[in-house]
Amino acid sequence: MTEKRDNWAALASMPKFITLHRRKKSFLITLWCLSSIMFYLLPICAGYAPEFMKARILGRLNVCYFFCLFEFAMIWAVALIYTHRSNTYFDPLTKEVLADIAKGVQA
Amino acid sequence: MKHFLIAMILCMTICPLCYAAPPAQGPATAAPAVTGTSAKTPPSPANEVKTNKAITLSMFAAIILLTGAIVVRAAKSTRTAADYYAAGGGISGMQNGWAIAGDYLSAATFLGIAGITSVFGADGFMYAVGPFFSFVTILLVIAEPCRNAGKYTLGDILSLRSTSKIVRGTAALSAVVVSTFYLLAQMVGAGKLMQLLLGIPYNVSIIGVGALMILYVTFGGMKATTWVQIIKAFLLVLSGVTITMLLLWKFGFNLFAFYDAVASSPAIQEHVRGLLKHAAPQPGFDYGQRFLEPGLILKNPLDQVSLGMAFALGAAGLPHIMMRFFTVPNAKAARKSVVISMVLIGAFMIMVTIIGFGAALFITPQQITAVDKGGNMAAPMIAQYVGGGAGSVGGDLFLAFVCAVAFSTIIAVVSGLILAVSAAVAHDFYVNVLKDGKPDQREQMKIAKLSAFVIGAVAIVFGIACEKQNIAHLVVLAFAVVASSNFPVILFALFWKRFNAGGIVTGLTVGAIFAIGVVLVSPTMTYPKKIAADAKKVVDQLETKQASGVALADKELKALVKARADYAKNRDGKSLVGLDAPLFPLKNPAILSIPVGFLAAIAGTFLFGSRREEEKFDELYIRQNTGYGMADASDH
Repeated sequence: MTEKRDNWAALASMPKFITLHRRKKSFLITLWCLSSIMFYLLPICAGYAPEFMKARILGRLNVCYFFCLFEFAMIWAVALIYTHRSNTYFDPLTKEVLADIAKGVQA
Repeated sequence: MKHFLIAMILCMTICPLCYAAPPAQGPATAAPAVTGTSAKTPPSPANEVKTNKAITLSMFAAIILLTGAIVVRAAKSTRTAADYYAAGGGISGMQNGWAIAGDYLSAATFLGIAGITSVFGADGFMYAVGPFFSFVTILLVIAEPCRNAGKYTLGDILSLRSTSKIVRGTAALSAVVVSTFYLLAQMVGAGKLMQLLLGIPYNVSIIGVGALMILYVTFGGMKATTWVQIIKAFLLVLSGVTITMLLLWKFGFNLFAFYDAVASSPAIQEHVRGLLKHAAPQPGFDYGQRFLEPGLILKNPLDQVSLGMAFALGAAGLPHIMMRFFTVPNAKAARKSVVISMVLIGAFMIMVTIIGFGAALFITPQQITAVDKGGNMAAPMIAQYVGGGAGSVGGDLFLAFVCAVAFSTIIAVVSGLILAVSAAVAHDFYVNVLKDGKPDQREQMKIAKLSAFVIGAVAIVFGIACEKQNIAHLVVLAFAVVASSNFPVILFALFWKRFNAGGIVTGLTVGAIFAIGVVLVSPTMTYPKKIAADAKKVVDQLETKQASGVALADKELKALVKARADYAKNRDGKSLVGLDAPLFPLKNPAILSIPVGFLAAIAGTFLFGSRREEEKFDELYIRQNTGYGMADASDH
């Protein structure tokens, strides 16, 4: 347990913290919404555009097959983008915020 | 205590070997029963897979020994509640990634998706995307904030927002209900699988698996569970890679040649014609290509979207998955572990569908469904085939290996579930609700182990009681309930300032009850009147045939007797809640129950609000974003 009650409201109004969570929020929401749209597009296409899904692309393989493969690639891409962004941007910013908090607690 | 544990594990190891002693019997007499259906299918499909019992059971014993050794090792270093529930926060991101994969990939994923693909083609591939997509939500919304804000359970996170005991109690209850659905599905699946694979009687399998899990969890806690899950994930991926490689090797690793062979297989073409109910082949219709197109089983697009929603939001709130994030030292490790598990799970899912198509090509859907209607035996059967075929040493070895992997899968998933329920009961309910968080480490450990023991025992009893029940819908139900109760509450607790105790309790209870309610009136339940109507159709059809002077074949006569009995039995029946027909058209309630869950959480917040709790949001918000205040928690 921390020695004294932190003044959370004061910490929460630190400009750096506000920047951090605002940027993080918009980034997460965008990424989540985009990937969800791609995800639901698969069953929707299969249900309402069967002819499109049946169109052959290479040999016996059709749009449906490549669409499914694309979903896997898309999900891996989300993981990559998120990791990259967190490592290069959010983690350093979080460290700065934590350093500021530590300073504030001592003062 | 330690000697007792070792003795018990050795006992459990010897048990399966005893089953190896009696020689296999029976299949020879069973086979000739199915003759004369169609002259085209050359040999009548055997309705049993013959395992080499000595090899298979030795592999089972080896797995029990190996995991048992881990449990004995872990038991030594499990002293505090933090060790027991969260392995002391000492699991690395890489280890946790493998463990998450081991926790999430249940036997249903491995055997089930291979089965769906082998029987219904491309739909299996489409189905596999859902469980994988759920990791996007876990990665973006759950993993890091939970690691930063939580300790052992969902209740810990929620009680940061409200110290009310009702909140913690409701959170514990919700975790118990959801995990029990999931656990029950796994237990019944385990019993049936053992029966199918080895011919071990259902009740014996359930008691054996249950007893082993109780031993593992009570002694080894999270450390042992983690390592069991890591080993299982490794074995699973190993078997997936081996079978896929051997399959594709037959086609020079040319995927196009592989799918060309699938679409050109006469057996698959005939099977698809049967699925489409075309009495005679329609000229110009490419039945083989149809197998590679969607819509053979997943017919209603709304139902699919609904199922997709349950997967997308449900997995993120499953207590046993969430618990895994408390075992790593910090948010960065939590992030890494999700990414590792996403690589493993995604690659494995793609391999499983290739295995499924391979099984359809080489084993034929007819033979797979003859052994098990749901296609669950597709993966073991194709393993036997690529190993050299039935009776060969390679075939026996491969089959035994896949069976052993399926067994280790059950061990890993069930122990994770028992641990999650035990955390909810012991940590949330007993320690924090009943005893105000006062008990010391010794008492906490004692009560945690006791609750794991009781839960395991209850799971065994329920598992035996539910043998004849259709439990397939329980997993879907668990996902839907979590998506419409836990998920909205977690999301709001982490990101919405005004959210409070009223919202938490209303959201959890209304979301869960509504989702369960919708399932009870959905087509997932059994409707006797519908069975009766189908039976009546058969009776009418056969009776008209009989009346027109055509003599019925033996098989038709039998069908007539059975249909008459079905009709008589179900004529006046009602579904579990007394309905003649489903009120809700979809099998998956998520599309309706998720919005209701969100609305309930919002309504509860405004109806039963309190200003003081809103102020606590700042604390949680800083913690979940930065991990502030949690660093010292993981130091000791």
